[in-house]
Amino acid sequence: MTQPSSSHASSAGHHHPKYLAHHFESMAQQNASGKLGMWLFLGQEVLFFSGLFLAYVLARIIYPETFLAAHELLDWKLGALNTIFLLTSSLTMALAVRGAQVNSKPQMFYNILATLLLGGAFMVVKYIEYSHKFHDGLLPGHFFDATKAMHNGQLANIPGAPAIFFAIYFVMTGTHGLHVLIGMGLMLWLLVRIKRGDFNSENHVYLENVGLYWHIVDLIWIFLFPLLYLVR
Amino acid sequence: MNLGFALGHMMAQASDTASWWKPIQASTHATAVDNLFNFIMYLCFFFFVLIVGAMVYFVVKYRRKGNGPERTSPIKGNHRLEIVWSVIPTILLVIIFAWGFKDWLAIAVVPNNAMEVRVTGQKWNWTFTYPKEGIVSSDLVVPAGQPVKLVMTSSDVLHSFYIPDYRVKRDVVPGRYTVLWFEPSEPGVHQIYCTEYCGTSHSQMLSKVKVLDSAKYEEWIANGGEEGGASAVPLADKGQKLYEARGCVACHSNDGSQKVGPTWKGLYAAQRKFADGTSTTADENYLRQSILVPGSQVVAGYANVMPSYQGQLNDKQIESIIEYIKTLK
Amino acid sequence: MESNRNNAPQSAHAATAGGAEPNYINAHKGIWSWMTTVDHKRLGLMYLVGVLSFFAVGGIFALLVRTQLLGPIFKGASGKQEWLFSGDTYNKLFTLHGAVMVFLVIIPSIPASLGNFFLPLMLGAKDVAFPKLNLMSFYVYILGGAFLLFSIATGAIDTGWTFYTPYSTTTSASVISAVTGVFILGFSSILTGVNFIVTIHKMRAPGLTWTRLPLFVWAQYATSLIQVLATPVLAITLMLLAIEKTMGVGIFDPKLGGDPVLFQHFFWFYSHPAVYIMILPAFGVISEIITVNSRKQIFGYKAIAMSSVAIAVIGFLVWGHHMFTSGQSELASAVFSFLTFAVAVPTAIKVFSWVATMYGGSIRLNSAMWYGLAFLFLFTIGGLTGLFLGTLSVDIHLHDTYFVVAHFHYVMMGGTMTAFVGALHHWWPKMTGRMLNEFWGKISCFFVFTGFNLTFFSQFLLGTKGMPRRYATYLPEFQTWHQLSTLGSYLLGLGFFITLCYMIQSLISGAKAPRNPWGARSLEWETDSPPIEHNFHVQPVVKHGPYEFPEIDHSMSTGGGH
Repeated sequence: MTQPSSSHASSAGHHHPKYLAHHFESMAQQNASGKLGMWLFLGQEVLFFSGLFLAYVLARIIYPETFLAAHELLDWKLGALNTIFLLTSSLTMALAVRGAQVNSKPQMFYNILATLLLGGAFMVVKYIEYSHKFHDGLLPGHFFDATKAMHNGQLANIPGAPAIFFAIYFVMTGTHGLHVLIGMGLMLWLLVRIKRGDFNSENHVYLENVGLYWHIVDLIWIFLFPLLYLVR
Repeated sequence: MNLGFALGHMMAQASDTASWWKPIQASTHATAVDNLFNFIMYLCFFFFVLIVGAMVYFVVKYRRKGNGPERTSPIKGNHRLEIVWSVIPTILLVIIFAWGFKDWLAIAVVPNNAMEVRVTGQKWNWTFTYPKEGIVSSDLVVPAGQPVKLVMTSSDVLHSFYIPDYRVKRDVVPGRYTVLWFEPSEPGVHQIYCTEYCGTSHSQMLSKVKVLDSAKYEEWIANGGEEGGASAVPLADKGQKLYEARGCVACHSNDGSQKVGPTWKGLYAAQRKFADGTSTTADENYLRQSILVPGSQVVAGYANVMPSYQGQLNDKQIESIIEYIKTLK
Repeated sequence: MESNRNNAPQSAHAATAGGAEPNYINAHKGIWSWMTTVDHKRLGLMYLVGVLSFFAVGGIFALLVRTQLLGPIFKGASGKQEWLFSGDTYNKLFTLHGAVMVFLVIIPSIPASLGNFFLPLMLGAKDVAFPKLNLMSFYVYILGGAFLLFSIATGAIDTGWTFYTPYSTTTSASVISAVTGVFILGFSSILTGVNFIVTIHKMRAPGLTWTRLPLFVWAQYATSLIQVLATPVLAITLMLLAIEKTMGVGIFDPKLGGDPVLFQHFFWFYSHPAVYIMILPAFGVISEIITVNSRKQIFGYKAIAMSSVAIAVIGFLVWGHHMFTSGQSELASAVFSFLTFAVAVPTAIKVFSWVATMYGGSIRLNSAMWYGLAFLFLFTIGGLTGLFLGTLSVDIHLHDTYFVVAHFHYVMMGGTMTAFVGALHHWWPKMTGRMLNEFWGKISCFFVFTGFNLTFFSQFLLGTKGMPRRYATYLPEFQTWHQLSTLGSYLLGLGFFITLCYMIQSLISGAKAPRNPWGARSLEWETDSPPIEHNFHVQPVVKHGPYEFPEIDHSMSTGGGH
């Protein structure tokens, strides 16, 4: 009776895998729980961003001419470059998960590394874009400076409420960028664990979950890019 | 305060006005709203007695008497009963919804012959403007038996315009106009409240509707918004009325006590030190400037929170207030 | 499990062999073992302490608010009758009362404390699916609470718990730390919700099918769904509010071209479902208390389980009924009113089913059952008075008056808090291994019930008469009812104080609790009181429903139906 754990009673004689937490009965149960948890979390993420998209839609209904004029001040070429970076990183992420399924440590490691670097490239481009905006006074709220807002070498004249457009631009891309940074942090941790040999075809739900997260971050950008850079 | 006294008080009120828990019915909306209110209330009484009565009956009847186990019924449900108690409430709820919707349309749709009054809410008073007559008033004065349409906006935060005796209420929103209408049945005075929380003196943001018969109303209009024989009243007395009615009292005391803004006691001819280091003597021009452009000279130690009364008080009213301040020594 | 038909053998077992087994409280020692624990039972207990502490704080704010509303009863320096607090102080008091009670007490009350403790036990699991995440959400809760307390210390907020714009973007800067606190608390709520849904899906004991789940679990499931789906919208709303306030963005401020009513839509899209986050767990508690003490199957198990889920779903579509007077379109108001009535139906079904469950039972009137009956009484009033407010024309009159205040206190306090305190009485022996004093339990229930009705029924009358809410002062005609209401609130406070006293007494010198003092059939009663660290000695296998009590006489007529 002094044995505190009931797992000995219930799973006595069974093989007990290394990565099975004490409160689960089997790897299948643990993996399924992990995946369901991640899907719920992603559902939460989608609703979080949907609030921002709603704010975007309403602001655009009230100030259509602002959105049309202000999007000219965003560089669609840089946006497109970033889209390519993220789409490619989704591919390398998927290849990394495949690597786990076929027990290939190098395939996991180098694909995650590539995903990490592509995410880094995305952030570098983002940094270049942001510093242009700061320089030109294209900022949210009362930081918006109409006297510095340049477009093609001329002073830009944006009708309506440009301060609201740039508030929405910075909040949406900023929140998204924060998610990219968190994803990159998770990938650094994945690299350590891959090196340690933690993942194999039986146990890679963590890798898969980070992958799911990365795909949703990618998907949100696929919506952000046309809505902000390609207004018609 | 004890229960007996409270009940006695309640009964006493009940006997003379029959309104100890309901406001009087003073508009055409009031009767309709009350009828539906009463219908829902009787329905609620019925269901409350049914539910709590059954509960009490079961508790008494099936209470465990001894300590040993008693046999209990194996009932797990009853489809017929469950359908009955789903369908009957559904039907009743649809009736309530439809009835409420019908009455509400009458409240929402303004009749064509309604006279229009502009309402401005600001912290913490109401201003009523009669656009055709050019009258600005702190009370809403309207003729009996005439539909009145209020076009309302706010100059700062959200407010809500509420007259319980008329059963009408509408939020007053900055940056847009909202509309409310009513038809007062007979002459009388009714309370106006602000019901959307708006800060420090939210509970003092009160005003009155004064319903006059049409002859008295015409007289009021002809007098430029003053009730009978305006010239007879000394300016300072009029100023005191404005002080109370227009919300000055919410922030400025007249007895030297500390409020949001500086007291008016001994204000006239005193030296004023401002937040920017300058100072001046509080003469008529200074007082006028402070009422119309309060942010231009903020007294040291106070926040710049007072709204402008430009367009809300006419010259005569400002003069009255200044005269009143002069009397507070 | 099948052999555990009566309690005597278990108690004997607990007294002899089980006495040596360490339970979850004494298995590890020291403050550090508590701070780093991933045991759902310890976390549940820690949440309980947090929730009860904040309940005391919010309660003191409430009593101060009620004391102010006695009227101008104090002689001031000038010799005039004066109010206790200035308008600004009063506004802070009612805001803090609301914010603390909603975000720190009622939302986490049943789910985070009792849910954490009992959900895995009821499922026959060793823990929740993600124990470390559970620990993290506890610290997130504490961090959020700390931000709220910080905002109190730095001048407090006076916006009302609803943070309506543009008032909130123009008033004191403490609003930023307060909304940050609420934002953080939201994540605690989301993470707990994710954890519970996965636990219910994946961690059920063998034989524990969906239709054998205790109704408390069903209610937690519906609650968690709302927590996961609605809370992120509040998070983004508060984030926009904070950005608006710091940078002058103008999404909600009409002076900068924004729309103040938009904030209300965002806010209520979360906060109406949040009402169901608060009340659904209480429904689950009441289903347990009434069946166990009536010794009968619940009446209409499937209807009750499904109505929880139905309420959760329809609850997402009714937010606009907070805005009938706000200036939203007439069509929108009509649709929201109709959907609001649609929510009333599943709620009515639940109440009828609980009453019907008592029919033909053998009702044990312990203090938990007293609270259960008090819940039925108070929640019936709370629910029925909702009909007045859902009706378009009548709501125009009653909106933002004391009628609304009374209505939601009957639901939130008369409903949720009564059920929460009842649940504490029901599960206290399991959590602490001690019995509560039944006599004092009933005395406190009497005070709570009487005080509550005196406090809040008066407010229905005030509201009908036209008394607006959030008023620091009022006209003399309202004073009688206000004073009665204040008197009631003191009785209510006394009732809860008595509860606190005998709970402390129980911890010190209460009688030792047997495994299953109420003869319940759900799994949490199969283990020791208090439970061992890993919950069960042997993995339980379930062979029957949660309410198949030995007293049920299957030879009796069922009176038609099944």
